Amino acid sequence: MHSLTVFPMTTLNDLRPGDEAWVVKCLGDGRVFQRLCEMGFVAGVPVRFVRQAPFGDPVEVQLHDCHLSLRRAEAAMIEVERAPGGRP
Amino acid sequence: MRDAVKTSSPARVGRVAVVGNPNAGKTTIFNRLTGLSQKVGNYPGVTVEKKVGRCVVDGMEVRLVDLPGTYSLAAHSPDEMVAVDVLLGHQEGEERPDLVLQVVDASNLERNLYLLCQVLELGVPVVVALNMMDVARVRGISIDAEGLASKLGIPVIPVEGHRGVGIDDLRSAMSHVLSRALVETPGTAEEAPPGGALELGDVLHQRVGDLHRELSPDFQRAEGRSLHEFEVLRAVIDSEGHAEMRLSSVLGDSCLEGIKKVREEVGGDVPLPVLEASIRYAWVRQKVEGHLQRAPVKTRTWTERLDSVLTHKVFGLLIFAVMMLVVFQSVFTWASPIMEMFDGVFAWVAGSVESVLPAGALRSLITDGVIAGVGMVVMFLPQILILFLFIGLFEDCGYMARGAFLMDKIMSKCGLSGKSFIPMLSGFACAVPGIMATRVIEGRKDRLATVLVTPLMSCSARLPVYAIFIGTFIPDRPVIRGVLGLQALTLFGLYALGIVVAVAMAWILRKTLLRGGRAPFVLELPSYKWPALGGVLMKLFERAKAFLVRAGTIILAIAIVVWALAYFPHSASIGENYQGERERIGRELPPGAERVTRLEEVGKLESGAYLRDSYFGRAGQYVEPVFRPLGWDWRISMAAIASFPAREVIVATLGTIYNMGGSEDEESTALRESLRDASWPSTDPLRPGLPVFNIPVALSIMVFFALCCQCGATVATIKRETNSWSWALFAFGYMTLLAYVGAFITYQVGSMI
Repeated sequence: MHSLTVFPMTTLNDLRPGDEAWVVKCLGDGRVFQRLCEMGFVAGVPVRFVRQAPFGDPVEVQLHDCHLSLRRAEAAMIEVERAPGGRP
Repeated sequence: MRDAVKTSSPARVGRVAVVGNPNAGKTTIFNRLTGLSQKVGNYPGVTVEKKVGRCVVDGMEVRLVDLPGTYSLAAHSPDEMVAVDVLLGHQEGEERPDLVLQVVDASNLERNLYLLCQVLELGVPVVVALNMMDVARVRGISIDAEGLASKLGIPVIPVEGHRGVGIDDLRSAMSHVLSRALVETPGTAEEAPPGGALELGDVLHQRVGDLHRELSPDFQRAEGRSLHEFEVLRAVIDSEGHAEMRLSSVLGDSCLEGIKKVREEVGGDVPLPVLEASIRYAWVRQKVEGHLQRAPVKTRTWTERLDSVLTHKVFGLLIFAVMMLVVFQSVFTWASPIMEMFDGVFAWVAGSVESVLPAGALRSLITDGVIAGVGMVVMFLPQILILFLFIGLFEDCGYMARGAFLMDKIMSKCGLSGKSFIPMLSGFACAVPGIMATRVIEGRKDRLATVLVTPLMSCSARLPVYAIFIGTFIPDRPVIRGVLGLQALTLFGLYALGIVVAVAMAWILRKTLLRGGRAPFVLELPSYKWPALGGVLMKLFERAKAFLVRAGTIILAIAIVVWALAYFPHSASIGENYQGERERIGRELPPGAERVTRLEEVGKLESGAYLRDSYFGRAGQYVEPVFRPLGWDWRISMAAIASFPAREVIVATLGTIYNMGGSEDEESTALRESLRDASWPSTDPLRPGLPVFNIPVALSIMVFFALCCQCGATVATIKRETNSWSWALFAFGYMTLLAYVGAFITYQVGSMI
């Protein structure tokens, strides 16, 4: 966690297809932010970046047992910590 | 004990509210329980649909209300507040339910239990239908329903909705809870049953409780009902949400201070939605602990394999394009033979009535008003049914979400979302089913914007109008020899005009009237499954019924009003003139072909004279100055106004005005000739004796019809779907304005060239 204050923060938007990570927290405020929290993007939950749509946006991620489509702007609201290879 | 309950037969119908996440199979379960006994309506003031059904469980009559699918009870719009209001018994016309049936997707347990955690706080007994057990099994998820039930303290019934497995168990669990609610505590009191306490963090619970006690007396005085603690909780957590707005409008802005104080005390650095989500997901983890097992699934699931093709950069887009082409082509071509058949049937019925009834206002009302109006309504059914068959199949098998995933980037450029694509595409066939299809769009403003621009797509009813004016006035000249002609280019231009204006309007609307309120595009991509045909057909039936009953009545009313305006005053003097003429022909000509032809001509002249003298005809002459800058004479103006029920009517109306009877269609050469021959009167100050129609005038009429909303059914459908006359009138108003300006520019520029 300390490394986050030194290195630039990673968000779900920075991941590439196949990457796995843990949610650190949701950023921002407002309705979209609240929806992300409600959908289960809470600290410690594993997520997987599955793919991006043909035109580059939105992206598909896997959270719990569920596949979700998020816009890149929304994915950028979710701070994550990369899993060091393999499943988190 | 059950026998004792049965004999004391409950005094009233049991009330059940069905809630659940989108895609949890809520509708399937609702349909399984209620069958075809469903009624669809609207809640006052919102666009949310109200679906009510009835069923009998263990001899007890039960009324079920199906609430819109939702991930959370947090409400940022009146539409989202409906679920909370119904569950608390605050919704107008809905009493507080005795039981909440929550449908939970077993293959997605944690997220579904988040909503359950909120629902339990409302103090209504809950039964959980643990749906999609089969899907969960395939994914290696096993759930111990009994263990979960004992930990939650409420019944949890495993079901497979689309196969009907477990529905009987669900019924008896419902009846068990209901009979307790109805017989032991008749009328249900406000106090919370076990499990209804706020499960939230202690500090939040305490502060919200304090604030609730503080605000309650004033609220009771102002509103005449008690304030529920959950409303206060929502007001505190959902910043600028609907609960907060309601509190401040009832109690004044002073209560906002209290809310702000609680937010600061409880949240500190952590935003409250984060706090709520972490507390509730911790609760969920604790409840499923030991009752949810995931076996590692090594092979890729079918869904993953299909998705790697269906959302592929090249193949995915290609397959989507082919699918859309098939849908579009089907709505366009499959519907037309059925519509022609209907046309024949209605013509036959009208003919039979004409042969029975004597000529007069009544006969005209029945044939030209009622039968024509009913025909106009029914004519939309084939297109609606075909489009909704496809949409139903796509939704049920999971492809709909993939379509939105593929198209979102393009649609978001004009402020819409991927879900707007299919409604707008179907607008090319007909705006009515397209507008009905916007119901899948989650954000209210996204949906409204889509509703308002879909009618700009050139629908099939515009084709006859384009056909006659292009065929008559646009020269058949090649632009690129052997490939593209001027007529085809004009037709293409009119379609392109619709698309360009729709995109621009969507963009403008989202920047002005429907600014902000950007809905989260957090879209679930559910597992693919075979569509359940029964459910799809049921939905189809429901859509068709809703259209016939609720939009159909408005369309019929419009048709009759327009008939009256085109029929009355029906002055006797006109009839007398032509009666004299008829008698003269009868005297002068021997019976035979010539006499028949002459009499027919007189008949056509007479209906033309009546129409010109009707209120519409008079209105046309009044408004001629308004339409003069478009190059129109009073006859075109009148025909355009009279075509309000449906654009294609203008062809027949022009036929009548030009004395050719009402049966002209776009293929008619006689109509084409008389359009070419029509000229301004020799006394006209601007264009004495010149032809009325030339290329600029024809183009101006077509541009007008491309952009206008001369379609009663569209206006009626917008009214029904937005539950508001103001949006319907707004759509009509802005499109008419656009049409006028477009036609004005076309004519003025065209005349200069």
